[in-house]
Amino acid sequence: MTPIIGIQSITKNYGGEVLAVDDVSLDIRPGEFFALLGPSGCGKTTLLRMIAGFEVPSAGKILIDGQDMSNVPPNKRPVNMVFQSYAVFPHMTVADNVAYGLKMDGVSKSDAAGRVEEALGLVQLPGYGNRMPDQLSGGQRQRVALARALVKRPKVLLLDEPLSALDAKLREAMQLELRNLQATVGITFVMVTHDQDEALSMADRVAVMENGVVKQLAPPRDLYEYPSCRFVADFIGKMNLFQGKVTNSASGEITVGVDGIGDIRVPHDGAASGEIGIAIRPEKASVSAEKPEGADTVAIEGTIIQIAYHGDESHVFVKTDNGLTVSVTCPNRTRTIDDIANHGDRRWVSWNRGDTLVLAE
Amino acid sequence: MDSWYKFKRVFLSVGVPPTFWLVAFFLVPLALIWVFSFGEKTGVVGIDITWTIDNYIRAFNPDILKIFAKSLWLAIAATVICLFVGLPVALGIVYAPSKWKGLLLLGIMLPFWTNLLIRTYALIAVLRTRGYVNFTLEWFDAKIRVLFDLFGMGGIATALLGERFQALELLYNDNAVILGLVYVHLPFMVLPLYAALERLDRSYLEASLDLGAGHLRTLWNVVVPLALPGIISGIIITFIPALGSFLTPDLLGGPDSAMIATIIERQFKSANDWPFGSALSFLLMYITFGALALRAVMAKRGGSDGLEG
Repeated sequence: MTPIIGIQSITKNYGGEVLAVDDVSLDIRPGEFFALLGPSGCGKTTLLRMIAGFEVPSAGKILIDGQDMSNVPPNKRPVNMVFQSYAVFPHMTVADNVAYGLKMDGVSKSDAAGRVEEALGLVQLPGYGNRMPDQLSGGQRQRVALARALVKRPKVLLLDEPLSALDAKLREAMQLELRNLQATVGITFVMVTHDQDEALSMADRVAVMENGVVKQLAPPRDLYEYPSCRFVADFIGKMNLFQGKVTNSASGEITVGVDGIGDIRVPHDGAASGEIGIAIRPEKASVSAEKPEGADTVAIEGTIIQIAYHGDESHVFVKTDNGLTVSVTCPNRTRTIDDIANHGDRRWVSWNRGDTLVLAE
Repeated sequence: MDSWYKFKRVFLSVGVPPTFWLVAFFLVPLALIWVFSFGEKTGVVGIDITWTIDNYIRAFNPDILKIFAKSLWLAIAATVICLFVGLPVALGIVYAPSKWKGLLLLGIMLPFWTNLLIRTYALIAVLRTRGYVNFTLEWFDAKIRVLFDLFGMGGIATALLGERFQALELLYNDNAVILGLVYVHLPFMVLPLYAALERLDRSYLEASLDLGAGHLRTLWNVVVPLALPGIISGIIITFIPALGSFLTPDLLGGPDSAMIATIIERQFKSANDWPFGSALSFLLMYITFGALALRAVMAKRGGSDGLEG
């Protein structure tokens, strides 16, 4: 399958030492929902703007549907963008906004009118054509921006932080709606976001970026369960990270000595030696009064130093006698608090050996 | 904001001096001129206020109307040229690298700090028959003749350029006045345009490009409508002082390029006809009010897009 967007060794240098984007290569497949995820300043927006044509790469090539787009201006590229600020033209009606791109393409007025109405229906704004943008809510303006981009039937739709300006409730609804919309129209979506929850719940594949480099490109589940490096493990979700030393390496298993915990045997393919990071997700561990038995269980004892109540779950922080803190997410499954623990209690934190992550980088 | 009676002293100390200034040095003199405009000249310095409207009727004679029309034409021409020159200049400054912006704006404002008279005489030095424009043209003219002679085609050069170099008459006509007005008033146009364009969210331009519009169509469909309040401000701020210009037409214009301010000045000085001069002054002011009213109407129409000037 030829990629719909091929990014080949793209580098962007704004002058100076720091590279905004540093030799990034990745392929985006036709029809997928692709997310570029990373903290602010990681280069994700610059990469998106280079696909749109607003920034020129310092080196490398961008192919869209097999065509080299390096010297093609934004108005001649078969991609359209939904801007973070929506950029709905305030001096035009909703219908004129949506029809703008069609007018530029020379689509006849009667054809355009039909397509505009169709696009407005697609984004749940039928009959809003005669409104002015200042009569719309933020969420509605975003739908107009979506319709305006989709009406041109682009090969790829680019979305720059599409949900960041919406309030929490609306954001969640829009996540689902955008996902469904993408499935309906079948156009490749490329979304930039700093919100890992958004990327995980919406995208088919996510590229996690840091300092202009793609750290990992994987489907959401792989990204969460098998992060490739410490940065990704820490950036996506919550994580208990420990530094340890490989004390023994057998086939399919290594033993890591961690200060404050002791030796932990974890499954690991391939050889490993020296300093190494191991990690466990807080929700994969549990807290118990008695030491859990079982050959495949890792258990450490400590004192509860803090319990943060979040309604649906509680975050319990246990400090070992050697000063290492482990956080455990405990779901509040019943209404009556079953008093799993209190501040100052001695408790065992345990998890399944197989859930331990080994992070070489 | 609390009501004025709650902080009486504050409001008094802040409000009284400017109010006094406005009344004593603006409203009272203006009222005097307005009263004079209904008076009759009785002697060298005497004016009888008879509430006659003769002065206004006199203003509507063809000669004066012609000068009013000419003033309007020159001011409009200068304003339109300022707009077409100023828009690209303002755009250029907005999109210049940020470290250059301050310097470029300084370049626009620098002429303000130079005396108008000096600037006008400098323009005369450039435009006169033995001025720098003509020197440059003469130099090119000579070189072209030499070049043609070199190829033995001196006859063609003579046929094209004439027997000898003819200096262009660039001064003392309407074109010189328009050029002078543009030169003097260009900053008035560029600054409000710059302010309006600087405020414009760039993502509107990017959205337009993204949707398939080229740069020219983006300029026309997005930049101009969104910067319209600034454009109208620029037009008004340029047009009003251009219409009342006195020095520029006086120094650069020919015998028939007098603008209305020249005629008004003549009434107060050489003709010593204060009532008629006052009447003309107020007619000029009414035209200005008309322009401002037009702006208010336009602003109301443009105001529905939520962008105020």
